[in-house]
Amino acid sequence: MTSSLTQSDKRGVAGDRVFSALTVSAGVLILLTLAFVALFLTVNSRDAVYQEDQGGWILTAFLDYAYPLVIGTLIASFIALILAAPVAVGVALYISHYAPPRLSKGIGYVIDLLAAIPSVVYGAWGMSFLGPALIPIYGWLHENLGFIPLFAGDPSQTGRTIFTAGVVLGVMILPIITSVCREIFIQTPKLHEEAALALGATRWEMIKMSVFPFARAGIISGIMLGLGRALGETMAVALVLSPGMLTASLISSGNSTIPAEIALGFPEAPPGSERQAQLIAIGLVLFLITLLVNMTARWIVSRHKEFSGAN
Amino acid sequence: MSKRVDAVDLNVYYGDFLAVEGINISIDARAVTAFIGPSGCGKTTFLRSLNRMHEVLPGARVKGQLLLDGEDIYDPGVDPVTVRTQVGMVFQRPNPFPTMTIRENVLAGYKLNGARLSKSQSEEIVETSLRSANLWNEVKDRLDRPGSGLSGGQQQRLCIARTIAVKPDVILMDEPCSALDPISTLAIEDLIGELQQDYTVIIVTHNMQQAARVSQKTAFFNIAGTGKPGKLIEYNDTTAIFNTPQEKSTEDYVSGRFG
Repeated sequence: MTSSLTQSDKRGVAGDRVFSALTVSAGVLILLTLAFVALFLTVNSRDAVYQEDQGGWILTAFLDYAYPLVIGTLIASFIALILAAPVAVGVALYISHYAPPRLSKGIGYVIDLLAAIPSVVYGAWGMSFLGPALIPIYGWLHENLGFIPLFAGDPSQTGRTIFTAGVVLGVMILPIITSVCREIFIQTPKLHEEAALALGATRWEMIKMSVFPFARAGIISGIMLGLGRALGETMAVALVLSPGMLTASLISSGNSTIPAEIALGFPEAPPGSERQAQLIAIGLVLFLITLLVNMTARWIVSRHKEFSGAN
Repeated sequence: MSKRVDAVDLNVYYGDFLAVEGINISIDARAVTAFIGPSGCGKTTFLRSLNRMHEVLPGARVKGQLLLDGEDIYDPGVDPVTVRTQVGMVFQRPNPFPTMTIRENVLAGYKLNGARLSKSQSEEIVETSLRSANLWNEVKDRLDRPGSGLSGGQQQRLCIARTIAVKPDVILMDEPCSALDPISTLAIEDLIGELQQDYTVIIVTHNMQQAARVSQKTAFFNIAGTGKPGKLIEYNDTTAIFNTPQEKSTEDYVSGRFG
């Protein structure tokens, strides 16, 4: 029996189904890709921690190999963040709230252009220009602040240090953080900005009262996106850094990062060898670090949900 | 506290567009003055020029004089930030700071002035301001909850509490009840009646009954047509505007024949 209630717009229903199937499969595809990456890394890194002829588990040997690289990666990314985040937030604020409208568009384009430069170009620039340019600064730091372990040790004569790599990474992640922050700053409700202004806030006070609280989650997301890129960046670091042993000094040559180690080591590792498994295993470690960083970011963002302005 | 407001030949522009033309008006202290008129007639624009919020928009500017107890707020030496601490504003939609608690919202103005308050002082300011806004009894047990968790009417009263906490001379209200239900509206209207004892209150409203209920004086604004500037047509005691208007267009508007 058909009544007016059971009859429906057939074409509309079909469209709805197709679209929902599309979105579900897109979502599943992402999860599958991720799962396969994790599976591939895990399976192939088995040889790095288990060798029959060396008496079974060799976890300590692997950890001894991996921890300097982990620390090097974190140091380089941390330097990049410290340098890039404040500048990025400042540039984004200038574009969204200070610059005259016509100028702000232009600056936005230029910043986005920075993201379009291939990382190998950054690497070449860091190696042949920035590194040598920083040599005198390293010398000065060593002479005047040498008592701090960070600036102890012989300053590098080529400038190809972990600090230079961090600076290059900082420039590379600047556009990502800037564009995320700019987008979110622009979306600050006029209502909240005017609430602050009407109470007698100066522009900077208005930004502190309305823009930053509103954008807090967005700023953190932007920084985490930047950090993700810094952690995984390969070419630039491989070119800039002359890798070596782990050292506390930022201005001596030495240290290395996981992506650079993989990029430099992989072509020379025989397929199926322990060395290859080792490189894949540190890849897995990087994967886990990135995962951890992202989850921490989510957690930070969700902690203040009640006060986020979303309700 | 509580200052009179006089506009002298005031023109308000958005870029080259003249939005409001030739306003001359004297607004009494310790009284409620209502601005009424059809949409787009410039009453909100004029209201926003009274605390220099108008110029927040790019290209917006004002010509003429606007006197706060005889002092021109558009004098080149005057900082708009100072003006806004003396002329508070309540907006059309309630806008408590979403990341702040109820307490922090009330104290937001003090925080801006850089005032150092002792705990007891700030407690007292929070309580008196919320009491004056008729909100104290509803929120006294949850001062540390976010202001955005309140109902729309409560949020609007929180915004009023935030505005009166810093003891301004004039309070501007831009259709403060248009987003509220009738009961919340009634609460705000009662509150406006009480505020008038201490403050100069200027309210823009689309609701003519509201203007009749809360105000002593009413100003009727109108435009000749789209793209023409808004003008002040008639300004008088509220009873006179609603019962014996002098201008034909005022009579048409208040009797509901247009607009």
